[in-house]
Amino acid sequence: MNAREEILGRIERVAPRRDAAEVAASYDRIARDYLRRHHDDGVLDLFAERVADYRAMVRRVTPDELPGAVAELLAARPGVHAVPDGLPAGWIAAADAAALAHAPAVADLDGMAGAVTGCTAAIAETGTIVLDHGPAQGPRALSLVPDYHLIVVRAGQVAPDVPEALERLDARRPLTFVSGPSATSDIELSRVEGVHGPRTLEVLLVEDGGR
Amino acid sequence: MTGTTPDRATSHRATSHHEGPAMPTYVGMPSFPSAARAAVADTRLRGNLAHATSTIRGRRAEAVAELDDWAALRESGKQIKDHVLANLGHYLRMLEERVTAAGGTVHWARDADEANRIVIGLVKATGETEVVKVKSMATQEIGLNEALAEQGVTAYETDLAELIVQLGDDRPSHILVPAIHRNRSDIRDIFLRSMPDAPEGLSDSPAELAEASRRHLRAKFLSAKVAVSGVNFAVADTGTLVVLESEGNGRMCLTLPETLISVMGVEKLVPSWRDLEVFLQSLPRSSTAERMNPYTSAWTGVTPGDGPGEFHLVLLDNGRTATLADEVGRQALRCIRCSACLNVCPVYARAGGHAYGSPYPGPIGAILSPQIRGIGSEVDASLPFASSLCGACYEVCPVAIDIPEVLVHLRARAVESGPRHPLERTAMNAAGWTLRSPTRLALAQRAASASRRLVGRRGRIRRLPGPLKAWTDTRDAPVPPPESFRAWWARTDGGRTEERDK
Repeated sequence: MNAREEILGRIERVAPRRDAAEVAASYDRIARDYLRRHHDDGVLDLFAERVADYRAMVRRVTPDELPGAVAELLAARPGVHAVPDGLPAGWIAAADAAALAHAPAVADLDGMAGAVTGCTAAIAETGTIVLDHGPAQGPRALSLVPDYHLIVVRAGQVAPDVPEALERLDARRPLTFVSGPSATSDIELSRVEGVHGPRTLEVLLVEDGGR
Repeated sequence: MTGTTPDRATSHRATSHHEGPAMPTYVGMPSFPSAARAAVADTRLRGNLAHATSTIRGRRAEAVAELDDWAALRESGKQIKDHVLANLGHYLRMLEERVTAAGGTVHWARDADEANRIVIGLVKATGETEVVKVKSMATQEIGLNEALAEQGVTAYETDLAELIVQLGDDRPSHILVPAIHRNRSDIRDIFLRSMPDAPEGLSDSPAELAEASRRHLRAKFLSAKVAVSGVNFAVADTGTLVVLESEGNGRMCLTLPETLISVMGVEKLVPSWRDLEVFLQSLPRSSTAERMNPYTSAWTGVTPGDGPGEFHLVLLDNGRTATLADEVGRQALRCIRCSACLNVCPVYARAGGHAYGSPYPGPIGAILSPQIRGIGSEVDASLPFASSLCGACYEVCPVAIDIPEVLVHLRARAVESGPRHPLERTAMNAAGWTLRSPTRLALAQRAASASRRLVGRRGRIRRLPGPLKAWTDTRDAPVPPPESFRAWWARTDGGRTEERDK
């Protein structure tokens, strides 16, 4: 007997196979008395506060202020910044074009100063930003290898809490949940920022849902 | 070449009641009491552990108290996991189908050897002799690094704590923070000694130590062709795999290499994507006391143009189906490896992780290791006794595993089927013989009272004579009363003549 048959056989001697409808009915009986969200109001304030708790910089801007803010933050970090396909041209309209590399090869990322991307959703309660690596977000390596990550989050992308954020995501896409800069708790169980991922995370929260 | 090849020998395998070899036991691993005695005497180790566990205990309590509905999350987590265990075959078949449809390849391994053979074969097929690794309990359990080394493949641990353990030629002592027994100056010393590119004048500031690790591993991440990971959750209905981490080493390993091999225990499933809404709340808070861990990666098969082009998933049994067969013990399979039970355990905080002789230390290890490996070895037979049954582990468990209940259950099994001490059998037979006769009992009680001569300091008997010495090797014996109840009753006519006698 091959390993698959043997393992499934061992399992089903103890937990006999049931038809899919029965399994689904039993799944539906699982108690879910937890809250869908812990906060109703002040979701954007909460998001900004919780991101900042991880020692990431958060700045709230209007759509008009966004290009200037992007240009200013990138200029503060000399070097070339990676820009993914599909990033709205307006976001980087005021930035130094010579300091931007559009959709660079993975092999070139290690020499870059940073990356600027959008996101697909965010979670206020936990201060989390989720990338599904679609348009404006780039492949996973783009926002991982450089030491600095600037994320533009639109107000409408911020879900109050984990359950509602997960509903907005497509599990079949590669997903990266980012909660602050890279960190470790491995030395005496205290959080220290900055290991292998970007050591600096900055967030521009765009209100009015503008692009 | 950076890094050392760990030679934590794991060649001695515990005899097991399961078919095939299970999780290796560390060479010459003594039973828990002997290992713990040495650890408790190590004041530096106790200091490091007390500092780390008390820090995390306080922070975890705050992170959990922030959610009013913690009890409901805990109950749902428990029910989701129980539902998976009751329908494990159904969900494994579903996962296999969805992962395959998304471009991944699924392998099944009955035991540690089979899993190692599969991974070795996959690595060899790439022609590579190095792999980068994300911290994974499953690969610790099967001794994968050692198996790869025997085949000439070097595994580089990339999690900071695993790196500290690997460079220090050491063993992990905690599920979440394998180097918890090391303090910052120990870590600096290990880096200076064993990390070839450690900066001169490296201080013991955690930020500098983290920076040294970043520089040390960067080239490895950029050049590695094969990565090996574990899995925190596998979503059956989408075929999605999920890894939670902090440092970004996980993202590096899951993203940059061409081939990704993930090893997961068959119980790591959740039925549906929405079920993560429970565990993405309960696991980070219970584990690192954070609202959310810095990075969580989810992937489904392969994505053209983004990440590894080849993905293999190894489904590992290794004693889990035998554990599933035990109605009381199976709840251990709910475990999501948060390690909160270690951090609150008074026994763990004093004995440390190494005394448990297993990659799974602490309360969860005390119920998981003997079930996965079987109660064949001394250390496994002793693990269910490595607890005061205070219940703190159950209180903090985010999936409500009643660890004390399983411990008591396994104690009974250890007594019935474990390698029982021949003296214990002799003693029990003698006790039976004595208790059956009032005359013999009276004689025995007089002898016991005479043993008061052995009383040591603090009114305890520290060392019993003769064959009974083994009992006091690991515990003090209470001092018998000067007179037994039976003797007192006879002498004072049930207490009536006591005053006169005095």
